[in-house]
Amino acid sequence: MALFISNFNSIFNDAAEPWQLGFQDTAAPGFTGLVTLHNTIGFYLIVISFAVFWVIFSIAYYYNSNNHPIALKYLTHGTVIELIWTISPAFILIAIAFPSFRLLYLMDEVISPTLTIKVVGHQWYWSYEYSDFVTDQGESIDFDSYMIPESDLELGQFRLLDVDNKLIIPVDCHIRLIVTGADVIHSYAVPSLGLKLDCVPGRLNQVSFLAERPGTFYGQCSEICGVWHGFMPIVVEAVSSPDFLVWIDSASQ
Amino acid sequence: MSESASAEQSRFVLQTVGFDARFPNTNQTRNCFQNYTDYFRCITAKGEDFAPCKQFKKAYHSLCPNEWIAKWDEQRENGTFPASLEP
Repeated sequence: MALFISNFNSIFNDAAEPWQLGFQDTAAPGFTGLVTLHNTIGFYLIVISFAVFWVIFSIAYYYNSNNHPIALKYLTHGTVIELIWTISPAFILIAIAFPSFRLLYLMDEVISPTLTIKVVGHQWYWSYEYSDFVTDQGESIDFDSYMIPESDLELGQFRLLDVDNKLIIPVDCHIRLIVTGADVIHSYAVPSLGLKLDCVPGRLNQVSFLAERPGTFYGQCSEICGVWHGFMPIVVEAVSSPDFLVWIDSASQ
Repeated sequence: MSESASAEQSRFVLQTVGFDARFPNTNQTRNCFQNYTDYFRCITAKGEDFAPCKQFKKAYHSLCPNEWIAKWDEQRENGTFPASLEP
């Protein structure tokens, strides 16, 4: 679907926009699953809401004390209707639980990752460590990622969203993130990739994802972590694997 | 451009530690710690040049934050590392 749309030269929505209500465009299978689950449940939610409100309003309208002065004497009990409106919601909840647990466990799965990246949340910036590779000096590749202050923004950059050093990842590769916090709890979130994981000091959390298309994906820290919580954005740039190797080569020098 | 670039990139391989059935959950703290202690147990038993030990080193470098590794290295030097490294 994403490829079909891109044939029309459209631009993907990979960053939050003012007053946005809907989702950003998906770039990972996990997020596609989340959006589909949301939309499917949303459809039945609307159907059920209409049915329930229709029943409530019609009862209030047809059986009020003016229309039906003695309804209160007879509309007090009904075993059949009690059974229906107890058992059918139970089945609806089960019907929601199955696809939702399926998706939850699918997203938890770490499928033979190609690359492990460590993400550390600090007050108030992110740092990334690519320790699968070592530099010429034998050290691991790591860097900090700070927000670009408003005064330094260049034309086309996002205010409060762009950073100086992006997280670079190869496209179409299973990537494992190991996230942790250095001081307080942070949360690493990138909507387009379906990522949101708490960064807890002293604990390592892992999450797996796959970027389906090249692009720049924006996210923000999602756990109140101090006064500059709103000023530690996340930028993930997905590039082709050869380009990624070129980048890792230049980063290692 | 990308072809010639990837050809000269051969010193980097896109490869990382695989799934470990001992640590199937989101919490990978123990995975990192276990590989760290296993590495030092391994080299105490077999010597630093023993090739199979390298796997543990790769694993803990991929999984543990550099800050943690630095802290544990320091604790090992001071003899305050909170686990036995005897094989």
